[in-house]
Amino acid sequence: MVSLLDIIGPVMVGPSSSHTAGACRLGLLARNLVGGTPEKARIELHGSFARTGEGHGTDKAIAGGLMGFRPDDERLRDALEIAQGEGFDYVFEKTTLDDNAHPNTARITVERGDRHAVMTGASLGAGRILVTEINGYAVEVSGAYHTIVLIAEDVKGSIAAIATILAEHGINIANLRLTRKQRGGDAFMVIEVDDAPGEPVRDEIRALPWVRWAFRLDKVSG
Amino acid sequence: MYRALADAIRDAEQQGISLARLALETEAKDQGRTVDDIRAALRRALDVMRGAVERGMVGDLHSASGLVGGDAAKLRNGPPGPLAGTPFRDVLARALAVQEVNAAMGVIVAAPTAGGAGVLPAVLTGLAQARGIADDAVVDALAVAGLIGAVIAERASLSGAEGGCQAETGAAAAMAAGAATEMLGGTPAQVGHATALAMQGTLGLVCDPLGGLVELPCVFRNATGSAIALTGIELAMAGVEFKIPVDEVIDVMGEIGASMDVRYRETAGGGLAATPTGRRLARERLVQIKKR
Repeated sequence: MVSLLDIIGPVMVGPSSSHTAGACRLGLLARNLVGGTPEKARIELHGSFARTGEGHGTDKAIAGGLMGFRPDDERLRDALEIAQGEGFDYVFEKTTLDDNAHPNTARITVERGDRHAVMTGASLGAGRILVTEINGYAVEVSGAYHTIVLIAEDVKGSIAAIATILAEHGINIANLRLTRKQRGGDAFMVIEVDDAPGEPVRDEIRALPWVRWAFRLDKVSG
Repeated sequence: MYRALADAIRDAEQQGISLARLALETEAKDQGRTVDDIRAALRRALDVMRGAVERGMVGDLHSASGLVGGDAAKLRNGPPGPLAGTPFRDVLARALAVQEVNAAMGVIVAAPTAGGAGVLPAVLTGLAQARGIADDAVVDALAVAGLIGAVIAERASLSGAEGGCQAETGAAAAMAAGAATEMLGGTPAQVGHATALAMQGTLGLVCDPLGGLVELPCVFRNATGSAIALTGIELAMAGVEFKIPVDEVIDVMGEIGASMDVRYRETAGGGLAATPTGRRLARERLVQIKKR
């Protein structure tokens, strides 16, 4: 359903909802994967992002998002200078991903302390985004909710255990998707929640013996 | 939200309420929020729109490529034309101002998109200023604009890549025309005619930005889009009716967009972008961006 406030909005730094606001949101999500501003980032731009990204400030928007600037933050304009001043080491490259990749796709590799992640995501237009891959796993994360993404062994009671942790932290589940390639194989969970889960929630989920990895992603749109 | 403007107009008439109130109450129900909450969000949007108008009027902004900037100030301070001192000239200046801010990575409201963000603030704040209309009524007008935009999104498109510029500045002109008509005291039926009259004037408009950047002609399309919105408002307020129902005009905009060659849908492969000078400027200016 189309919302009136989607039409009269978002408030954003120009010039392009897809190449600037959406790009910023991709940076914000990638930042979450390492729990803060990365020390190092490699950003590969594909398609229209590669061709017209500089004129649209796509580079500034992604770098700004990685530093935690939101799409309406005027510091985005000077994000590259601010990054250099703060010792955030970034590099942009143009690349060609596979033919199925959306024209506005970025692959972002981030490092912070002992944490490391690779995320691929696309800006779909009107500021909407879709993360399609995290650390080699195919995902679908829109950033419209706070989201927990995890890979776990396919054990009985896994959903109940995670739901319990969330309930103990007062977090309400909005949507939950569970997929697995085969019986007994890895189960992949995308849990969209109404309340922001903190790092302790992620740590508790990660401490479950059958969880291979887990990330939390803050809501970045909607 | 509504899928047909005709349904919204009928409901507003039957209930004896404004389209703004109908839109706000429908949105509140759809989203599980209060009308006050939605009005507060629209109020913030209006504040950002006004901020962009003021910022752009200063005349010191330049886009990434340097292709656009400084023209809003010319309209405000430059030599008079035949429409000097009228709301018309002021509205044109405001439209350029917001788009110049957008092109320079300033803060705007993407309503309905960043590329068409100049029209609504220009028409609504320009006419509100000229006619001494209170902010509450301008916020209501934004709700009407949102209703019209939602119907266009459902029935056609609000994306230049899908439907050409008719889906961005054309849609913005239609939204602004309908919204301002209610703001100025028009009936729901007149809102429908103003929307249709503005949209018919932008049918077929292509999206052909130089180098794919939201700069040229986008900045100027917002000025001409505002002029078309003013035409729709002036005609509808005078009692002119457009014989093709507004929802059919919106549908045909979608159809034209879907059949438009890809060169004319934001790819910089046709139109002004593909003229000899368009190509040369894009080449020179894009190289300039890389050097920085």
